[in-house]
Amino acid sequence: MQELIWLLPTYPLLGFLALVLTAGRLPKNVVAIIGAGSVGLSFLTAAIIAAQFLASGEEYFIKEVWTWMAVGGFTPGFNFYLDGLSLVMMLVITGVGFLIHLYATGYMADDPGYSRFFSYMNLFVAAMLMLVLGDNLVLLYLGWEGVGLCSYLLIGFWYTNPDNGYAARKAFVVTRVGDTAMALGLFLLFAELGTLNIQDMLHAAEAEWEIGNGLAVAAALLLLGGAVGKSAQLPLQTWLPDAMAGPTPISALIHAATMVTAGVYLIARTHILFELAPNVQELVGWVGLITLLMAGFIALTQSDIKRILAFSTMSQIGYMFLALGVGAWSAGILHLMTHAFFKALLFLASGTVILSLHHEQDIFKMGALRQKLPVSFFSFLLGSLALTAFPYTSGYFSKDEILIAAHGMEGPGMIFFYGGVFGAFLTGIYTFRLFFIVFFGESKAAHPPEQEYGGWNMNGPLILLMILSVVGGFIAVPLDPLFGDHEEHHISGLLHAFMIAVPLIGIAISACFFYFKIWSVEKLMASSFAQSLHKFWNSGWGFDWLYDRLFVLPFLWLARINRADIIDSFYGLVVEVSRAANGMIVKTQSGYLRWYALSIAAGLVVLITIGVML
Amino acid sequence: MILLWLISILFIGGIIAWLSERINPNYPRLIALVTVLLDLLLMFSLLGAEPGDGGWVASVDAGWIPRFGISFYLAADGLSVLLLLLTAFLGVIAIGSAWDEIKEQAGFFYFNLLWTLAGVLGVFTALDLFLFFFFWEVMLIPMYFIIAIWGHENKNYAAMKFFIFTQVTGMLMLISILLLAYFHYVQYGALSFNYHDLLAVQTAGRLEMWIMLGFFIAFTTKLPSVPFHSWLPDAHSQAPTAGSVILAGILLKTGAYGLIRFAVPLFPEASMSFAPVAMTLAAISILYCAKVAFAQADIKRLIAYTSVSHMGFVTLGVYAWNEQALQGAVMTMLAHGLSAAALFMLAGGLQHRIHTRNMTDMGGFWAKVPRMAVVALFFSVAALGMPGLGNFIGEFLALLGAFQANITLTVISAFGLIFASVYSLWVIQKVFQGEYANAEFDDSHLSDLTRREMVYFGAMMIGLIWMGMYPQSFLELSQPVLVELINSTESAIAAVVQN
Repeated sequence: MQELIWLLPTYPLLGFLALVLTAGRLPKNVVAIIGAGSVGLSFLTAAIIAAQFLASGEEYFIKEVWTWMAVGGFTPGFNFYLDGLSLVMMLVITGVGFLIHLYATGYMADDPGYSRFFSYMNLFVAAMLMLVLGDNLVLLYLGWEGVGLCSYLLIGFWYTNPDNGYAARKAFVVTRVGDTAMALGLFLLFAELGTLNIQDMLHAAEAEWEIGNGLAVAAALLLLGGAVGKSAQLPLQTWLPDAMAGPTPISALIHAATMVTAGVYLIARTHILFELAPNVQELVGWVGLITLLMAGFIALTQSDIKRILAFSTMSQIGYMFLALGVGAWSAGILHLMTHAFFKALLFLASGTVILSLHHEQDIFKMGALRQKLPVSFFSFLLGSLALTAFPYTSGYFSKDEILIAAHGMEGPGMIFFYGGVFGAFLTGIYTFRLFFIVFFGESKAAHPPEQEYGGWNMNGPLILLMILSVVGGFIAVPLDPLFGDHEEHHISGLLHAFMIAVPLIGIAISACFFYFKIWSVEKLMASSFAQSLHKFWNSGWGFDWLYDRLFVLPFLWLARINRADIIDSFYGLVVEVSRAANGMIVKTQSGYLRWYALSIAAGLVVLITIGVML
Repeated sequence: MILLWLISILFIGGIIAWLSERINPNYPRLIALVTVLLDLLLMFSLLGAEPGDGGWVASVDAGWIPRFGISFYLAADGLSVLLLLLTAFLGVIAIGSAWDEIKEQAGFFYFNLLWTLAGVLGVFTALDLFLFFFFWEVMLIPMYFIIAIWGHENKNYAAMKFFIFTQVTGMLMLISILLLAYFHYVQYGALSFNYHDLLAVQTAGRLEMWIMLGFFIAFTTKLPSVPFHSWLPDAHSQAPTAGSVILAGILLKTGAYGLIRFAVPLFPEASMSFAPVAMTLAAISILYCAKVAFAQADIKRLIAYTSVSHMGFVTLGVYAWNEQALQGAVMTMLAHGLSAAALFMLAGGLQHRIHTRNMTDMGGFWAKVPRMAVVALFFSVAALGMPGLGNFIGEFLALLGAFQANITLTVISAFGLIFASVYSLWVIQKVFQGEYANAEFDDSHLSDLTRREMVYFGAMMIGLIWMGMYPQSFLELSQPVLVELINSTESAIAAVVQN
């Protein structure tokens, strides 16, 4: 069966082709069967392959399909590489992906672009699988760009609104800045190490570069550039909140569970390179820490349910980067997996809320929904608990491991640890702020829901994801042979208790504000300082404002002033000069004999002079 | 012999097509199609041919003007075969795009079209530099007529500009060719325009640089590259669709071919010391023209500027002069040939339907013409370098190779990848997305792509996917040629260094 690993991306790719070539002429239930079924088949195949792979006890498995190109020693192939890391990724992508596809068959039921939607979704899954299964960086780059394209197509899915188109282009262009850095990283790695096969490249790097080598630093930095673009980390984080313009299942699949974690995968996949460049690895941690704190503060001030979840995603990926930065590779991937469960759950549940409220996304126009929308309520309850790392939920295990590893790190470890703990405190506040405002209090909905939207195909995935969010932390990820056994770091019981308590304190504070209403946000917001801080955070720390002025407006200005292409005006000048010269010469053809006589005489004089002088 | 046939079939077919108009105005297009298809079929026989001495799969060498050492010498190797196939393939596509569009003087139109193609085939196979120059002119004049007679509102200006740019720089090349032949006379005692003879000519220093520049300017005007590019936007926006297809898809590639076949191998030392300048021009072309493209409202001008930008990767690859970079340049030529031709056909199709090229008047066409939208999306995405499609292979390899030759300029050029996504997606947004806009034009003829159009676009899509997923089919043909060129220039340079 392992030989058949190439089937994984093939199923959804065939689904994509079938849907594109029939161009929306298929009935909806057939589209649903093709769209969700192809990913379901992928998941089944992946599960069987995973079982056999784990039973075989091998460290890795390679399936070569064909040589993509062979150009003077540059020979990337369409080859699949399976090890513990890609195994976890492929199961998350196909498993969570299938649940989201299933949910979407209900969510998108009334959309005229039903077939188009599933064709993009299938293409996305195929590209994402290529990203994590490719054995070389060029194939990874193919998946990398492919998921970016699908992200663009799906963010701009409802294309009649130009705002959606803007959000889609912003996402594509901003991530492409990172992608270009990554491409340069590939050029550098190939020029120095002579291969882009990931394993060969890492071995060559270990053999040729000592720790701290400048080239290793440069290569790691360039790959990090790609990772921060795709994973919406500082400084390329600005596209993610706008990406919420797409249909909600997209936000769950692409902008929470899979694509945005590709940067984490990339760094974990090339972790040897980052270990050769310790400064860059530490930088990864700093990027993660700063992003997770910044996004946490922003999430406190948002009122759109999806944007809150988007900033939360950004923040949680910050934890994954923090894990990578402190060398807790397995913990980072574990958090990637548990986050995929509970964030997909939260996004899908928010989709049900939004549809039940007739496309309302403002949490201040919701309220008191716990009885009307029981499935969403329980989804949010369990998802939020996992997100805040409530003990023994899935998010608890992964975040716990990350923070303990941070505590054990030399150098900035303490800052990483306390910063991460503070981030968990913020997570507790913003998550339950959302939860209490949406599900408790008084109803402020313009159109209060009659009943909860969705049938079995929407509720089934929610229930499964609820289960995974709670118990997902007990899944044993087979990552040890890949990342090696790091010595276990231990922290004192008291510190551990503090660590566990902090998010709970966050929840309690949130409850005091939004459930018991002992404290009042209005009072907190009374001062003008608080208001400007709120505005500042609400605008995402002003990054959009800054980037508009630094990049977008100058580019538009340059484009506008030179619309006519200044180089062309040079040739226009040549034409003018020759016209003028022509005019002057024409004047000499005056027909007056005396002018001709004079010019002949003048010419003679010149000739004689030259003759005499020579 | 087959090469002679390929060219003469087109010349003869062109004359017959012109004459047949008197019998029936629909005959010329039919005859043109049959002629080019026949050529395409004949070319497939070249694919199976065993390469002879020096890798040439076919050649013909007949005396022409022996007194001056001029012969009728055609030969094709893997590189030429790739470009011949591209020419014939796009020739068919161009005839298809003209099928309904060209009604007036159809006979003369197809005559010009076929003669242009014949000139291009000659350029891709001529190994006598005088003959090469002859074909260089043959492809120019019919193209001038295509723009000047069947063009749009400002056609005379555009045609004249095209003519003057190519003619003036062609003259520079002629001077260089004559000088080379003269030096051959001085060094070997006989005049010769034979490529192999001229490779052996020793020129050095400043003089070599000047002669080389004659070729370089002629080729980079055709390519085009900054600062010789400004004829292209005018020519493209005014040419009929078939003219644009030939221009963007094939004629530009003659410039790139000239650089690879002549400019660098004939003057290895001069070219290598000139390489940083050429690569700088390439980087400027890539970024500057991407930026200007973004500012255009005329959709054809926009695509024309993007062509200049993409051709920058070819110059970059050629002057990096290693295997990856050169293969990247060749793949970019092929892939851009298809993607740019398709984009111009889409723009032409739109203009045919709504009589405007102004994007600011358009919007929200997706719901109205979904097939056209998907096709446009495909080719835009191909143009911005999406992996899995041919353009990616070309630009990635060009940059990969260029990185080994000049890191700074490669890094600068790589920013073109970002700009490409900006303008490509902007076109899609402006034309196909947003609210439907039809205030400025009559949309009664705005219909989706016909079945015939879908066949052409489908063929080009398959071509790009093939190039993107299994580029080996193409790379294998050009590989031995490029390796041989690299080796011979390296040994030439080594010889000079030893002396």
